[in-house]
Amino acid sequence: MELILQGITKAFELILAFDPEVLGITWLSLKISGTATFISLFIGVSIGTAVALNDFFGKRVVISLINTGMGLPPVVVGLFVMIFIWRSGPLGFLEILYTPYAMIIAQAIIATPIVMGISLAAIQNLPPHLRLQILSLGASRLQMVWVLVKESRLPLLAAVMAGFGGVISEVGASIMVGGNIKGYSRVLTTATVMESGKGNFDIAIALGIILLILAFLINLMLTQIQQRQNPR
Amino acid sequence: MKSLKAFNLTIFVTALIVAASVIGAEAAPKQKNIILATTTSTQDTGLLDVLIPLFEKETDYFVKTIAVGSGQAMAMGQKGEADVMLVHSPDAEKKFVDEGYGINRRLVMHNDFIIVGPAEDSAKIKGVKSSAEAMKLIANANALFMSRGDNSGTHAKEKTLWKKADIAPAGQKWYQETGLGMGQTLNVAAEKKGYTLADRGTYLSMKKNLGLDILTEGDAALLNIYHVIEVNSAKWPKANAQGAKAFADFMVSKKTQDIIKTFGVDKFGSSLFFPDAGKKVEDLGK
Repeated sequence: MELILQGITKAFELILAFDPEVLGITWLSLKISGTATFISLFIGVSIGTAVALNDFFGKRVVISLINTGMGLPPVVVGLFVMIFIWRSGPLGFLEILYTPYAMIIAQAIIATPIVMGISLAAIQNLPPHLRLQILSLGASRLQMVWVLVKESRLPLLAAVMAGFGGVISEVGASIMVGGNIKGYSRVLTTATVMESGKGNFDIAIALGIILLILAFLINLMLTQIQQRQNPR
Repeated sequence: MKSLKAFNLTIFVTALIVAASVIGAEAAPKQKNIILATTTSTQDTGLLDVLIPLFEKETDYFVKTIAVGSGQAMAMGQKGEADVMLVHSPDAEKKFVDEGYGINRRLVMHNDFIIVGPAEDSAKIKGVKSSAEAMKLIANANALFMSRGDNSGTHAKEKTLWKKADIAPAGQKWYQETGLGMGQTLNVAAEKKGYTLADRGTYLSMKKNLGLDILTEGDAALLNIYHVIEVNSAKWPKANAQGAKAFADFMVSKKTQDIIKTFGVDKFGSSLFFPDAGKKVEDLGK
């Protein structure tokens, strides 16, 4: 119990003192996971929408694959990304193993199926006649898709939150492809693992609390946008 | 239908461009990076946090420290995924160099391994001088022993001690493998009130929270020796040979050796490592 209190005290000490190392780690976590979520949003929403709106042979298999992808184990993603980008790998010439960029790629791969699956379900859940109604009002197909995406903004923002929550809290892939390098690829989760391994439980708890606060603030912000009245 | 597909394609391509530009930005600075594969003890004690910034300031290189067990560090070197290694698993190191994967193996420093365990010491090994004898007592008492189980230098040392004691611990109920680093394994041992073999540096740096005591120490068989090895760039042309050499030279330089000598004295009351550059392995611990 004493340790937990110590950890909480330490957390506020670190936050209030604007400890440069902790701030750096926090900022890096935000940048990496934010970028990864952003990329996954582009790919996930577009493919999710495309699959939802088109009928083709094997659609159910594709949807099953996407849904399976929502539970992609981060360490498996980390392993494969690592094998692809290490020096002797097919993408070795990029020289990005143990960089934040490798972490962004791994996290984007983890988040994309999550965003894709939720946006697919969201578009599919819209009333089926809506599309025809919009088209009959003279909208082009592009405008129709745009209206549909706007109509499903509630679940789509939920997709962003789920994707972001999935990657900012992820540790396995980040440590494998990022390497937990001090001041360079060390993020909140990997630092927490390292500090608890070193027996610095107070700092580990502090980092954990900062991670929770960060996740809460981001979700609070997104929820504000999501729940806004009449955004049209 | 067509416009919809075009729309999606546009978004997809945009995303790819975003991703590619992010990646492209990194590819520019080449051979500035050195990948240092090292044992967990050099990171967990905080030694590298002191040395690496100094090296980077002096040379303009950027060191990517990957702290894993010595076994994994050498596996990285074997694939050419690391440029230089700071490790403590002498037998495996010799093999590594003999097989042509590494060059220029140089002695950097040493400290020693210790057998730690709960204060109750149910196997009664406290004060036993011979480490093999202590291992035998632990086995005979069926006392819980936590092994690293990760092919690290410490794990390799532990295996030689079991061999010397003529005991095959694998599969025994009292013998558990964590597969984790030294710090985490010490935590597990403390939590389960088990014995474990640790390097003195990591133990001292974590002592305050552990509740584990040093029970056996000082045996010549417990010497823990660190070498720096450069990856053989003839075998792996992509390796940063210059950077590796610069780092290895830095590790054995007089200035660095002096820092190693005093590292930890202010915080833990005694040195965690003893500098040995230029000495012979046979003369250590005398």
